[in-house]
Amino acid sequence: MKNKDNQSAQESNPRCPDSSAFKQQKLPAWKPKLTASTVLSSFFVIGLFCLLVGICLILSARSVNEIQIDYSDVCLNCSKLRESSSNWDKECNCFAHFTLQENMPGDIFMYYRLQNFYQNHRRYVLSRSDAQLLGQDVNIQNSYCAPFATYPNGTPMAPCGAIANSMFNDTVQLFYYVNSSTAIQVPLLKNGNSWWSDKNVKFRNPTSYNLSSAFAGTARPPYWQKPAYLLDEKDERNNGYINDDLIVWMRVSAFATFRNLYRRLSRTNQFADGLPAGNYTFHITYNFPVTKFQGKKQLVLSTITWSGGSNLFLGIAYTVSGAVIVLAGFVIAAIHLKRRKKKTYFQRHPK
Amino acid sequence: MELCAKKLPPEEERRVRANAREYNEKFQYASNCIKTSKYNIVTFLPVNLFEQFQEVANTYFLFLLILQLIPQISSLSWFTTIVPLVLVLTITAVKDATDDYFRHKSDNQVNNRQSQVLINGRLQQEQWMNVRVGDIIKLENNQFVAADLLLLCSSEPHGLCYIETAELDGETNMKVRQAIPVTSQLGDIRKLARFDGEVVCEPPNNKLDKFSGTLYWKENKYPLSNQNMLLRGCVLRNSEWCFGLVVFAGPDTKLMQNSGRTKFKRTSIDRLMNTLVLWIFGFLVCMGVILAIGNGIWEYEVGACFQMYLPWDVAVDSAFFSGFLSFWSYIIILNTVVPISLYVSVEVIRLGHSYFINWDKKMYCAQRQTPAEARTTTLNEELGQVEYIFSDKTGTLTQNIMVFCKCSISGHSYGDVLDVLGHKAELGERTEPVDFSFNPLADPRFRFWDPSLLQAVRLGDPHVHEFFRLLSLCHTVMSEEKSEGELYYKAQSPDEGALVTAARNFGFVFRSRTPKTITVQELGRAVTYQLLAILDFNNVRKRMSVIVRSPEGRIRLYCKGADTILLERLHPAHPELLNVTTDHLNEYAGDGLRTLVLAYKDLEEGYYEGWAEQLLRASVAPEGREDRLARLYEEVEQDMMLLGATAIEDKLQQGVPETIALLTLANIKIWVLTGDKQETAVNIGYSCKMLTDDMTEVFLVTGHTVLEVREELRKAREKMLDSARAVGNGFCQEKLPLSAPASGLPAVLEAVAGEYALVINGHSLAHALEADMELEFLETACACKAVICCRVTPLQKAQVVELVKKHKKAVTLAIGDGANDVSMIKTAHIGVGISGQEGIQAVLASDYSFAQFRFLQRLLLVHGRWSYLRMCKFLCYFFYKNFAFTMVHFWFGFFCGFSAQGCLPPRLTPLSRQTVYDQYFITLYNIVYTSLPVLAMGVFDQDVTEQRSMEYPKLYEPGQLNLLFNKREFFICIAQGIYASVLMFFIPYGVFADGAQLADYQSFAVTVATSLVIVVSVQIGLDTGFWTAINHFFIWGSLAVYFAILFAMHSDGLFQMFPNQFRFVGNAQNTLAQPTVWLTITLTTVVCIVPVVAFRFLKLDLKPELSDTVRYTQLVRKKQRAQHRCMRRVGRAGSRRSGYAFSHQEGFGELIMSGKNMRLSSLALSSFAARSSASWIETLRKKKGGDSPASSPSGGGDKPLKG
Repeated sequence: MKNKDNQSAQESNPRCPDSSAFKQQKLPAWKPKLTASTVLSSFFVIGLFCLLVGICLILSARSVNEIQIDYSDVCLNCSKLRESSSNWDKECNCFAHFTLQENMPGDIFMYYRLQNFYQNHRRYVLSRSDAQLLGQDVNIQNSYCAPFATYPNGTPMAPCGAIANSMFNDTVQLFYYVNSSTAIQVPLLKNGNSWWSDKNVKFRNPTSYNLSSAFAGTARPPYWQKPAYLLDEKDERNNGYINDDLIVWMRVSAFATFRNLYRRLSRTNQFADGLPAGNYTFHITYNFPVTKFQGKKQLVLSTITWSGGSNLFLGIAYTVSGAVIVLAGFVIAAIHLKRRKKKTYFQRHPK
Repeated sequence: MELCAKKLPPEEERRVRANAREYNEKFQYASNCIKTSKYNIVTFLPVNLFEQFQEVANTYFLFLLILQLIPQISSLSWFTTIVPLVLVLTITAVKDATDDYFRHKSDNQVNNRQSQVLINGRLQQEQWMNVRVGDIIKLENNQFVAADLLLLCSSEPHGLCYIETAELDGETNMKVRQAIPVTSQLGDIRKLARFDGEVVCEPPNNKLDKFSGTLYWKENKYPLSNQNMLLRGCVLRNSEWCFGLVVFAGPDTKLMQNSGRTKFKRTSIDRLMNTLVLWIFGFLVCMGVILAIGNGIWEYEVGACFQMYLPWDVAVDSAFFSGFLSFWSYIIILNTVVPISLYVSVEVIRLGHSYFINWDKKMYCAQRQTPAEARTTTLNEELGQVEYIFSDKTGTLTQNIMVFCKCSISGHSYGDVLDVLGHKAELGERTEPVDFSFNPLADPRFRFWDPSLLQAVRLGDPHVHEFFRLLSLCHTVMSEEKSEGELYYKAQSPDEGALVTAARNFGFVFRSRTPKTITVQELGRAVTYQLLAILDFNNVRKRMSVIVRSPEGRIRLYCKGADTILLERLHPAHPELLNVTTDHLNEYAGDGLRTLVLAYKDLEEGYYEGWAEQLLRASVAPEGREDRLARLYEEVEQDMMLLGATAIEDKLQQGVPETIALLTLANIKIWVLTGDKQETAVNIGYSCKMLTDDMTEVFLVTGHTVLEVREELRKAREKMLDSARAVGNGFCQEKLPLSAPASGLPAVLEAVAGEYALVINGHSLAHALEADMELEFLETACACKAVICCRVTPLQKAQVVELVKKHKKAVTLAIGDGANDVSMIKTAHIGVGISGQEGIQAVLASDYSFAQFRFLQRLLLVHGRWSYLRMCKFLCYFFYKNFAFTMVHFWFGFFCGFSAQGCLPPRLTPLSRQTVYDQYFITLYNIVYTSLPVLAMGVFDQDVTEQRSMEYPKLYEPGQLNLLFNKREFFICIAQGIYASVLMFFIPYGVFADGAQLADYQSFAVTVATSLVIVVSVQIGLDTGFWTAINHFFIWGSLAVYFAILFAMHSDGLFQMFPNQFRFVGNAQNTLAQPTVWLTITLTTVVCIVPVVAFRFLKLDLKPELSDTVRYTQLVRKKQRAQHRCMRRVGRAGSRRSGYAFSHQEGFGELIMSGKNMRLSSLALSSFAARSSASWIETLRKKKGGDSPASSPSGGGDKPLKG
């Protein structure tokens, strides 16, 4: 009784703190504990899961058909020509031959691969104007595009910036030798190679009654052979800033060695099931010099799977970690059991 | 207010003239206004900013901010630094301002207390702060003394007045002060207003017991001493009123001179963090240098060739210069290893913990209606690391109440409460107290639980009667009877008061006394004894006696005194009674009670005559008076008959022994520092179980000279070492390097076998604290389990604390209630004030305050421990997450030409056209994505419940040993962070590097960022040991918010508005739709977390901490409980301790015999109206003519003005 009275007296005092669970630090709480059973079982479950995923990934990566042709050496003479900038308007073609031993079934993707090209350099990454690429009329001078913003006479470049200026501009065609003498061009798709959001949101042509007038008052970047509105004259939906090759290039790579999607196989006629085995030739119009920066250029033909490309890294990493985790599970279990035995020993023989 | 701050050259001497403000103003003495606040409105900003930039971290951020203002190197916007920096500075400034506001407020409160000042011949109410040196002020009973006063006159005869100095020196007994005779006649206002004496005295100093000065008045000189002074902080007791002349005011008062300076307090974690910030800065510079060299080489080797596509900036003309610039850029981009949000979060967490202390209902004292209060919010985690507690005694450990508790009368012990079965029961509420209603003069506040004693009185047991007769006669208490039956006792010491009150309630009521008589109401019958002599107490005698002649004409000597002294002087007639009484004494002492032995002796008329003759001659002897008196006293106090013994309880605060036992178990050393005398202090030491009879030895250091003290300390050390060697562990203290780390020292000291205690008193301590001996003293003291310092001045208290603080590198806590503890409270790392009592000085100076000493265990073992744990976990995690976050950039540097490109979503642009959106990830990472879960952990986490924290005091040890967050732990966190960053970078690198469909920078950044947020979220989930709903909400909420913001930032709408800002448009949808990305994130998470789980589990399994064990099992419980019980039982076995708890100075005996302190009223009552001197008549006249206000009974006294 007395206690109760005390309590109520306490409650009535305004200086007395509340007895709410929060203020008294008595909130209900879950107190997770690292017990042997949960730890060990999670180790085994996670380990086995990783192993399984790893094996699946390896299998799927192994199923990818891929062929990679380095043409930096094949086209040595062209690259020599390009080293001197005075020859910028001279055309130079070269050919790279290769043989497919087996059929390459399914969707085929054609990439160009560059080595030692630092697309992730800070100043390079910055050197662009997204507003310009969105078709907005912007003051290029005032953008991040320097040093490829304007010509000395003040004409703005379109598109401006180091990224756009250095766009990969080799033209590659693929020929298939039906027999030793006749070659037919493999039909390749130029569009659909970029993300929908890039093509439809991020890049927009300036509005005008036609494209070339929209680009009036601007000039092509110095390293370009043709202005932006002539990137693909045949397809209005693939011209100017919304050209897939430009969009793909403008999505800078994470590392100095990268591959960008260039074309997709159009699965028609004899290529309906993919590329048949046989001899092929890449017909390359060589415009993009790489020797200056000790770069290399390759062309890649590859199929894809759900897990991406032919990269085995993830599969191996999963398998190894899975194996290590399972192993660790066993070691920990052994240590734990040994330890428990000891403990019970001490309990049985207290000092 | 401004006046307070004035600085003046040091005073040589002080001249004060009464009632002459103009004259005194020449000297510009400090006014009575005190100032404890640090700032005012004008100085606040510069002073506060100056203080704040003394923090390493703040300066560091300022430096970063300046760097970011340089366009060439700015890789982040200055916005990312300035906003949080300003935020931090503002929050801290607001907090400081609030703290200071409260200081202003309490200053104001004290300064605005009212006192009555005599101005222009009239008494006026004035605020304390307006009291000037030279004013005459009037004090009333129970009021605080407003300044250091020269007592001029008082309501009591002969200008006497009584004061309580507990606030000043912790002594509980009343002290008497006397005005010099010339001024004591100035009883009325007109005379006082004309008083124009001039005091010339020493300049302000901090010596509480010394004052020397001279009063010049009417061409005469009168010497003044401390006996004439009333010091600020004292309380006037048992005197209706008095007048005093203000000599020292405000900051010059002895009280304020004794309260050390306010120091800026920092926790050890703060200091560690400052060191770590410097280290991290060094680390940052190293990383910057590595990357800058890398950049130089890269630009020279690769970048130069790549110039076709990416020409160098206009200003950059060489690879070297580019490297130099990139160094600064990297310093900026990597600065997130120590984000400002760290400091904000630490403050928020501390604030939370402070609120939990304020809200704790278990630290609320219902009687005093005072909740605990965290007055500073920056010291919480240090509460979990305390190693030394310095406690005041009076008012902190004890309640300052003496209770007559037990007695032994001719071999029978009374006072134990027996339950139905006849077993001893604990004192409690279970039984009803004895009913004293038969006695109209009984003190209603007196409680006694054993009815058999009253029975014995009623049955007329002659021994019992004689026992109480002794108590009612043998004392120096003064009585006052305001109206019939309303008795008030003025006792010099509370012990005496308790004894006389006990006698009063049992029917032997001390009614009144004159210099020659004592009137006692014996069971309703008034009996007047003739008082022949008072053989007064002193420190050597440790006893007092009275010689009285009963109405029947029998002369009897009554004596009470310390058992050790008295038992030697007993008549050897009844050895068995002696034995029984000795047993009882042992039992009482074992219970921590203060005992006195009572005895009597009949004197024959003839013998007495002769003795009295000698006494008279001795008392007028020109020299050797003291010795001769002592010899005479000694002669008569022989062969006495034992009557019995009393046991007085110096009432401890609730739960003190238990608290001390628990704190001792938690390896906290408790030192008691008290101004009180040695006997009392030792007694309290025993009753609160600091000292026990199991102790191997209690060393007493009482030397008066340096050599003596040194010798005593050396002996004590030798003894400890001897026993240690005997145990054979070869420990040699002498060789112990004094610079040994604090954590190492106690371990060595524990090697000293046996438990020792050290008791040292004030004058010895003064020597022990001298520079050449302090280490010896400290070593000796620290080897002891308990240390008691008695008769120490407030400043010595602070010195002791400072000594331990300086040499032990341990966290110290000082707890006290009075103004005498202020300096100690300010000096210690943590100061705790006992609130809810009259004085508030201690509380004002303290960092934490609560009403009861026992709350200390909860403050330390629960709040402190949790705070420390939470703060450590928080810091570990915080450094982990920021290293994980930042180091990713470092690794990316090797792959992006060391160009200071970040590898997380922020897009880095030159300064010129910066906006805040650019760095949203960096900013959001610390503010939104990861801050709330770790804040929730820092505020709410609990490893074990509060009950367990109290049950297992050993859980407190990790804090003392600094185990949870130290340099080693810091490196572990960093290593873990770097490990995570390596995986978080290189796994996506492996995936993105070659042969994948996804290879673009933006997808890579999103992948890394997502796995970073997920990994640190899982990690916080793993670290959180106490998932409240709030934790759930924050952890899941943070993840949800991350994705929400990610998608929002990558949405079309924002891009269309600010195309250059939100370049990641569409990225989240496209990237996160890839199974590979999710597989990468999953793998990263698994490999980052699984090893941590494995290590934690193995550590738990192989080397569990006590807290783990407590958390996981219940096994150890019984063991610990047993230990507890052990602790409680300790100290029962008996040695005798006498608490002859009188004053350490001469008693009032002489005063009484001279009749000086007698009121005329009481004289008139007595039938022996002996010598009525002219002065008595004068007093009478004064009383009638004077305008003394209606006096109030001292018991129901006027409460002093207080807040």
